[in-house]
Amino acid sequence: MSTFLGMPTAPRGVGHLRGEQPFPVAARAALADTQLRRNLARATRTIRAKRAAVVAELPDWEELRAAGQAIKQHTLAHLDHYLEQLESQVTAHGGTVHWARDANEANRIVTGLVADTGATEVVKVKSIVTDEIGLNEALAGAGITAHETDLAELIVQLGHDRPSHILVPAIHRNRAEIREIFLREMDDVDPGLTDTPAALAEAARRHLRRRFLAARVGISGANFAIAETGTLCVVESEGNGRMCLTLPDTLITVMGIEKVIPAWRDLEVFLQLLPRSSTGERMNPYTSMWAGVTPGDGPRRFHLVLLDNGRTAALADPAGRQALHCIRCSACLNVCPVYERTGGHAYGSVYPGPIGAVLSPQLTGVEDNASLPYASSLCGACYDACPVRIDIPSLLVHLRARHVEEAARARRVPSAEAAAMAAASWVMASPARYAAAQRAGRSGRALRRGGRIRWLPPPLSAWTAARDLPAPPAQSFREWWRHEHGDADGTAG
Amino acid sequence: MRIALFVTCLADGLFPQVGQATVRLLERLGHEVTFPQAQTCCGQMHTNTGYLREALPLVRRYVDVFEDCDLIVVPSGSCTGSVRHQHAMVARRFGDEALARRAGDVAARTYELSELLVDVLGVEDVGAYYPHRVTYHPTCHSLRLLRVGDRPLRLLRKVAGIDLVELPDAAVCCGFGGTFAIKNGAVSTAMLADKMRSVLATGAEVCTAGDSSCLMHIGGGLSRLNAGTATVHLAEILASTQDAR
Repeated sequence: MSTFLGMPTAPRGVGHLRGEQPFPVAARAALADTQLRRNLARATRTIRAKRAAVVAELPDWEELRAAGQAIKQHTLAHLDHYLEQLESQVTAHGGTVHWARDANEANRIVTGLVADTGATEVVKVKSIVTDEIGLNEALAGAGITAHETDLAELIVQLGHDRPSHILVPAIHRNRAEIREIFLREMDDVDPGLTDTPAALAEAARRHLRRRFLAARVGISGANFAIAETGTLCVVESEGNGRMCLTLPDTLITVMGIEKVIPAWRDLEVFLQLLPRSSTGERMNPYTSMWAGVTPGDGPRRFHLVLLDNGRTAALADPAGRQALHCIRCSACLNVCPVYERTGGHAYGSVYPGPIGAVLSPQLTGVEDNASLPYASSLCGACYDACPVRIDIPSLLVHLRARHVEEAARARRVPSAEAAAMAAASWVMASPARYAAAQRAGRSGRALRRGGRIRWLPPPLSAWTAARDLPAPPAQSFREWWRHEHGDADGTAG
Repeated sequence: MRIALFVTCLADGLFPQVGQATVRLLERLGHEVTFPQAQTCCGQMHTNTGYLREALPLVRRYVDVFEDCDLIVVPSGSCTGSVRHQHAMVARRFGDEALARRAGDVAARTYELSELLVDVLGVEDVGAYYPHRVTYHPTCHSLRLLRVGDRPLRLLRKVAGIDLVELPDAAVCCGFGGTFAIKNGAVSTAMLADKMRSVLATGAEVCTAGDSSCLMHIGGGLSRLNAGTATVHLAEILASTQDAR
């Protein structure tokens, strides 16, 4: 007899959805990096202010958010229908659609398509999903070199580094570091390169221009795909994406299945929400849209790879599925007090910050990213900033509950934490036990020095490492009340 | 009015002066305060750490104890938020729709202290006197779960003798986050360091807020540094008068 074990999650051993260390361990290293702290604090503060200013301009911002949420809810509820409509429209316009159940399948499809062209180099539009599946590594394994063309992705690639932000992958680097990377890694760089932004941009421009003109294959992700017309949409700031989307003979687009939207008119909502939330601009500089192929204009061959890689598993969780609403704006990263101090690498996934903490564990299965749902103080700033109203704090709590339940099922003896939580619940379920525990807790007064407690045993030592705790008072509130009022709940007389 | 106090487990056990101040304040304003002695904890720590099954009996207890009360006051934005936004959810997760409905009803009569004063009792000047330099930290859950807005500040501005100074980056979390402060102690401390920097920049003698938990965090850090700035709950400031503190 076979048992249905749930929808498959993203496979292990490929791609970048899992970190090597749990979040609290990885975070400690990041917290000690003073340059990183300073870069992040400056960059996120600037972008927060820009976003706040352009959001405040729109009198109907809350209605736009609600509309974005409603469109995503509707689309996900009818995802099968819209994906098939998208496939038939893309096919009707001369494109070819491929379905990939996971990272391995997608990598195999894309590698095969590139190999068929005979190309050994490809140019890439900034795309998180191709990083999610580890496409560059897969291509390299087949002898194909992938050139990142987004300026920040180029910095990350040349620096043999990992992206640390959804929108600004090199947010952890400053211009002095970028100059060093260019001087060390760019074969065609001017040795007199300075670290002024204009000089750095010019160096990248010259370097990339040669790649664009030589490239025969371009690879992109997609911000949106319109089912009604089969139109793909990429929004960007630099125009380098436009080069990759229009110059090569062959264009291969990899997109997560949740990126489909029903109709053209839905773009009206998202093209207002996305630039204001991500770069703090009213409109992004470049919006490229295409349907299939157009003879004599742009690529002659177009392939669309529709990727699942754990998304159907997320969709199967009625509470968790709203994480699939995400339009990758990164507003939640920029307002997150945890992200601002740790940066993206600590999350171990291409999806960092609050949205990553709810998306990555759903794509991989909670057990493979078990520390991420706890990487938040539940302050709620992310929910307020989210342009499609993803209730990230509630999702974090939901995933913590899933983790606790799964961990309890997986072990015969409860963890120390689970035992403590069960004991606390048992105590607090009864006022008599609770009052007795309060009296017992007063023995903690023995630890006090000058009215405060400065040391506690593990795990509470994590508190007293940096913070005092007031000593328990001689009389609890309920003892005071009883002293004043006796057994009565009400005030006397 | 007859107002039932849900003192919260933290104030009950560690900060009884917060409960006492709430009673003193409301009685001074001419109201009758009751303390249902069968109360314990709202279950927020369990819920937010993922132990929903363990939170369920605490949700049930809160509903049982406060169901017959017309008006409930809580000197905590966070615990009010848990009652209002989590109790029904916890009940539903275990299929107890009846408890979820009852929890929703009780939650609708549960108010955080500044909400009760401004919205229900219609008072901003509570006749308090507090001759100190004070800065106010709006805690995350009162700000973003309850949307108390500037209610606490409206109350504080009417306090006689107070020197109220604005806290820079006030809306940023102090890093407490319940068990987050233990599980992610290093990140929590990094957030606390920035919050303390903001508090100390104001030159205030006192940092106040509507949550004992956040104040325990900020105060724990300031105490460790012997910084000379104390943390005092909003209820204590509003309860202070010229006669006695």
